[in-house]
Amino acid sequence: MGGDSKYLGFLYVAPYVAGLLLFTAFPFVASLYLSFTDYDLLTTPKWLGLDNYTKLFTRDRTFNKSLSVTLLYVFLTVPIKLAFALLIAVMLNYRLKAINLFRTAYYVPSILGGSIAIAVLWRYIFAEAGLVNMVIAFFGIEPINWFGDPQNALFTITLLRCWQFGSAMVIFLAALQSVDKTLYEAASIDGANQWHIFRYITLPLITPVIFFNLIMQTVQAFQEFNGPYIITEGGPLKSTYLLPLYIYDKAFKSFDMGYASAIAWILFTIIMVLTLVAFWSSKKWVYYAGDKRS
Amino acid sequence: MTASLDFKAQTPGSSAEPATDIEIKLRRQRRISSLIRYTILTVFGLVMLYPLIWLIGASFKTNAEIFASPSFWPKDPTLSGYIKGWETSTPYTFARFFWNTFLIITPKVIGTAISCTLVAYGFARFDFPGKRILFVTVIATLLLPNVVTRIPQYLLFREIGWLDSFLPLWVPSAVAGDAFFVFMLIQFLRAIPRDMEEAARVDGANTLQTLIYIVVPMLMPAIISVCLFQFMWTMNDFLGPLIYISSVENYPVSLALKLSIDTTEAFDWNKILAMSVLALAPSLTVFFLAQKYFIEGISTGGVKG
Repeated sequence: MGGDSKYLGFLYVAPYVAGLLLFTAFPFVASLYLSFTDYDLLTTPKWLGLDNYTKLFTRDRTFNKSLSVTLLYVFLTVPIKLAFALLIAVMLNYRLKAINLFRTAYYVPSILGGSIAIAVLWRYIFAEAGLVNMVIAFFGIEPINWFGDPQNALFTITLLRCWQFGSAMVIFLAALQSVDKTLYEAASIDGANQWHIFRYITLPLITPVIFFNLIMQTVQAFQEFNGPYIITEGGPLKSTYLLPLYIYDKAFKSFDMGYASAIAWILFTIIMVLTLVAFWSSKKWVYYAGDKRS
Repeated sequence: MTASLDFKAQTPGSSAEPATDIEIKLRRQRRISSLIRYTILTVFGLVMLYPLIWLIGASFKTNAEIFASPSFWPKDPTLSGYIKGWETSTPYTFARFFWNTFLIITPKVIGTAISCTLVAYGFARFDFPGKRILFVTVIATLLLPNVVTRIPQYLLFREIGWLDSFLPLWVPSAVAGDAFFVFMLIQFLRAIPRDMEEAARVDGANTLQTLIYIVVPMLMPAIISVCLFQFMWTMNDFLGPLIYISSVENYPVSLALKLSIDTTEAFDWNKILAMSVLALAPSLTVFFLAQKYFIEGISTGGVKG
């Protein structure tokens, strides 16, 4: 706005800048520094060079296990969750009268899913004599040891996150509803069937939203903590011991701040590399209409 | 069949002339297809929501019944889970823990709303040196995993003596620390035309007056969305209190629930289920009262831009 000092706007964003420096930028740099030190809160940080990292990659079996479990968890959760979200959004985007009712119902787990109460509920319904085993018994299936068996435990934790597909679905649905309907009409006049319309018109048009959901869900999945912490406490045999749990234990139980920071930085690097790969590859598969962004 | 009404818009004018065979066939196909959709969506929705429904029923069951039948309805309804669970094994009742949660949430939500509105206004309506760089940091913070800043943040708050208080939970949010909300409000602001603001400026209002009297009323739905999301996230937050709050008298509901899992003897399940229902109740109530703000908030924050 003309006439105002060019620093006036800066005054409004000043709180953000203060917060950014104090609570994001400084901790970001500090954690990188700490990751090269040995720091137990009692004495000053002692510089170790790359020792923390070499120990992590060569001698720390727990880290090895935790890293592979985390990758497995993310690569299981994100595609399943997004596929569900997209499938349900496509089914809802069809002039259904009850669309709002369904959208609300499917969204409820996303609102509550991260809470401790839901993690508690998961413990109960997947218990040996729990709801899920009672229900599958009706179909003549033997009770499954959901948490006790290392093979199943991670899958059960994965289900908890997939159950919360609602927020991704709402975003998909909003994108589907903004697709120009005349494109569908033109395609069906040309004789395209439902699958072709979805594959060659709808899907390319919503790739920006697929991209957005993919990045957000991946970043979040890498940081999952509540579920495994409450439900399985990382077990059995560390089969659900995700990296955030390991970081928490190292930092706030054994107060090994330097080592924990090193793990955090490895986790951060993995997330950042995957995000950059996604951004880089997005040029090839994400479609941006010329006039869509303003 | 009501489903057929859905397709009125798709066949405009077709009712005026006699329907051809093809049209009748097409309409029947659509009717069947929408029936299938309704069935799948309903069945799947029920399967998804049944755990929550079961939870509410089970919280009124006796301990013997919880693992005895998958049905929702308690045979022998009892309030004992609620009464015993409320008491807890600590010197405090859940009233104390709900009060603590309230004390955490209220300043946090108010601080978030005010700071994020100011900052979004600054970004959306002004030009200033360094704006581009700062806006890039908003996006970067949005994608930055908290896990990498958490340990030094803890050390910082420890250094200034804020451990075991609510300050570490309030202060970062009160300086627009949640980039998601700043981003969401900027998106909303960009969609609001500036005519009214310019008219107010011409009439002699300064920028702060313009913000308070012109922008905030128009931005209100978005600000409400921000408050609601922050409310939910804080309700669900567990790791924050787990790290910063150490004495039981300051525990919010999420920590208290974890404590009751750890301290409850086996076979006393209904206490924990009952308290879980209570822990979910505020979020569920707020969600159902204000669901349109959630849907709008998430659609705008996520899609535009």
